[in-house]
Amino acid sequence: MSRSVRLWLFAPALVVLAGFLVWSFALLPAFGNYRGPYGDVLNSVAPPERHVTDVVSAVNFDYRAIDTLGEEFILFASVIGVMLLLREHPDEVKEEIEDEQAERKVPFPSDAVRVMSLLLIPPTVLFGVYIVTHGHLTPGGGFQGGAIIVSALALVYLAAGFKMFKRLIPHQLVDLGEGLGAGGFVIIGLAGIAAGATFLENVLPTGETGDVLSGGTIWLISVTTGLEVAAGLYLVIHTFLEKLLEHVKEGDGRGLRKTMDDRRWTMRDGDAGKTMGDGRWRMDPEPAKDGRPVSQGPRYEIEDRGLR
Amino acid sequence: MNYLPYMVAAWLFLVGLYGIVTSRNLIHLIMCLGVMQTSTYILLLAIGYKAGQIAPVFYDKPIGTPAVDPVVHALMLTDIVVEATVVAVLLALTMQAHERAGTVDPDELEAMRG
Repeated sequence: MSRSVRLWLFAPALVVLAGFLVWSFALLPAFGNYRGPYGDVLNSVAPPERHVTDVVSAVNFDYRAIDTLGEEFILFASVIGVMLLLREHPDEVKEEIEDEQAERKVPFPSDAVRVMSLLLIPPTVLFGVYIVTHGHLTPGGGFQGGAIIVSALALVYLAAGFKMFKRLIPHQLVDLGEGLGAGGFVIIGLAGIAAGATFLENVLPTGETGDVLSGGTIWLISVTTGLEVAAGLYLVIHTFLEKLLEHVKEGDGRGLRKTMDDRRWTMRDGDAGKTMGDGRWRMDPEPAKDGRPVSQGPRYEIEDRGLR
Repeated sequence: MNYLPYMVAAWLFLVGLYGIVTSRNLIHLIMCLGVMQTSTYILLLAIGYKAGQIAPVFYDKPIGTPAVDPVVHALMLTDIVVEATVVAVLLALTMQAHERAGTVDPDELEAMRG
């Protein structure tokens, strides 16, 4: 149906839906008058039984762990989906992108961004690991901490460019880590069966309340979930970046790319406009063969400090 | 005032739905879907709230202090993870749609092509 027909059909439907929503929400108990017993029962039962102080994590990883297992596999499946959707086709022809504004001077990525990103990486990783491992004591847990660790990996991209991002973080290891995280959850659940209880029951000794190593399987599941979330989200970021930067041609020198990678290293020896095979090429672009204007980027001579 | 959070959730839901139906750009559509999901978070948290009680974390308060319902917080956590993954897959679909069809206008992407 055309757009206007769709909108004309939608307007009365929206009004009716709005009416029903407001009416049904007005029939709920007033805000602040929670009546149900489930929350009160959990709050009084969870800290003495499981020796954890963060009841939300206990609910996520113990009382309703089967829901969290399903949700973790939703994440796993969506990572697979993204990697499948954006994979390279063998018959796909990669076209060169025309540089329509070759005379424009592209500003070099700011030093402030690079330095701050570099400086923020260790605190962010540390903070993420803290959130993951203290998920049963203070608000946190595997999902939140995994997302923080992934933002540290994204800071690597901000600080050093895509090639260094690919080089510093081993892709196969992260792949393996994601599988281990997702499988670890199931294995911990099976350990419950092996110990004679039900699947995903908390069968490990729960230590002292307030200790880091307390809560039995809650802490373990939090750690495996953090690993899986961090690895999965890293794979998503990597897939998107690879797809976006796939048209990048090596060492062309005609200013086709506006990313950080083409202005990073100087060339020790070799011809202008050629790559030396490991990502280094000359800064001065080779004049185009048909006399087209060539992008004159900033002339930087950055010493290669051997950050391999 | 007693029902304001519920009305905020309803408003966000309706605004997101309006944005999706009248959208001209797939990325805008995905963001409107995010707004609709936000409305469910607010509704969940509003249902579990008890006036004057603390968050269900007893690290700095004595165990046994009256706290709000932790189950809805856990459900909301799940919700946020699902939102992130759905947005990721939808954005990947948008990238492929743009590559195949050259446009991100949902009105132009009507026919299914093999």
